[in-house]
Amino acid sequence: IPPFPAVLKKRLVKLVVNFLFYFRTDEAEPIGALLLEHCRITKEEENVFSISFIEEPERKYCFECATEEQCQEWVEALKRASYEFLRRSLIFYRNEIQKMTGKDPLEQYGISEEARFQLGTHRQ
Amino acid sequence: MKLNERSVAHYATCDSPADHAGFLRKRVERHHHAHHHGTSYQRRWFVLKGNLLFYFEERDSREPVGLVVLEGCTVELCEAAEEFAFAIRFDDAGARAYVLVADGQTAMEAWVKALSRASFDYMRLVVRELEKQLEEACKSLAACRKSPRRSSSSGRKRHLSNPALLPLQEKPTALENGYSTWGSGGCVPGGATCPDHDGGQTKPPPLPPRRRSAASSATGSPAPGLSPAMLESPVSPETICFSKLHNWYGQEIAALRREWQERQKRGHL
Repeated sequence: IPPFPAVLKKRLVKLVVNFLFYFRTDEAEPIGALLLEHCRITKEEENVFSISFIEEPERKYCFECATEEQCQEWVEALKRASYEFLRRSLIFYRNEIQKMTGKDPLEQYGISEEARFQLGTHRQ
Repeated sequence: MKLNERSVAHYATCDSPADHAGFLRKRVERHHHAHHHGTSYQRRWFVLKGNLLFYFEERDSREPVGLVVLEGCTVELCEAAEEFAFAIRFDDAGARAYVLVADGQTAMEAWVKALSRASFDYMRLVVRELEKQLEEACKSLAACRKSPRRSSSSGRKRHLSNPALLPLQEKPTALENGYSTWGSGGCVPGGATCPDHDGGQTKPPPLPPRRRSAASSATGSPAPGLSPAMLESPVSPETICFSKLHNWYGQEIAALRREWQERQKRGHL
């Protein structure tokens, strides 16, 4: 996802896997990062979204985008950015494929027994 | 570099299930002790959640003392003096490596396996592959039917690349355990499979590639069926981001540890 300028403190923001890095616009190295697990992405007023975390829901990290369209793109991207979301997607697809074809799609990869692809009850 | 530490610590210690956990001995990297020739190890409690490897001073510590982000790295067996040693090394040569020692052969193998598949990139690859398979399965099934194609008409809109049926991070309860129950969604009424398409695929989809690893591994090379473009190459901006994270934690661990220990002592019940 290409970096979009976020106003308020004019940061360049870059989503890399489940981290949101932010930069001062003229620098190559990030000044900070947010881990995007157990967080809530909320569309606020026009062009603005916020990120808050489960253990401190009243604290919002606000981001203002250049356009409403960009804002929507960011909200969608960030909602899917967590590792846990990805994991849930995998389990969902695995289930669906198994129901439809009768076969576990992970078997052919030899990873069907991996703890990380199981439903919560089977993991450590 | 700033990090939302409190949230990170919360994620590390909350009761969402870990992908792997256990004691490991971590080699201490001494940069400043010019006269220190030996290597020493510290026993730490390690917890793997997703692509994040946390380590704690004790199993019941309230906050981690360190974090390793498992992106752009390889996990290899280690030619260290220690038995059951393995290393996490990063594509970015500037980032420090982590040498870890397990209690035994089984533990070591379990850790190497768990860590090798921990990256977000890998998970994303598998998900994309399954997305495609599901789409193909749906199409096969639809083609099979003599009656008009069954659409997911009962209000369950599904866009295959957007698993909108999954609860997003809206409900804290869904977050805590990370899983929800699905309805019986899908294109299939009673699970009937079209017989023609059971062997419809001429060969099984290729194995998701393991991260390129110096250690010999049968699945070391990228599978031919998956285009290289699907793999995120370690382009320099991403590498910079993560090496910053690694450096930050590596250098500041001693200071952070002291702080945390003091806070624990003060706040400890």
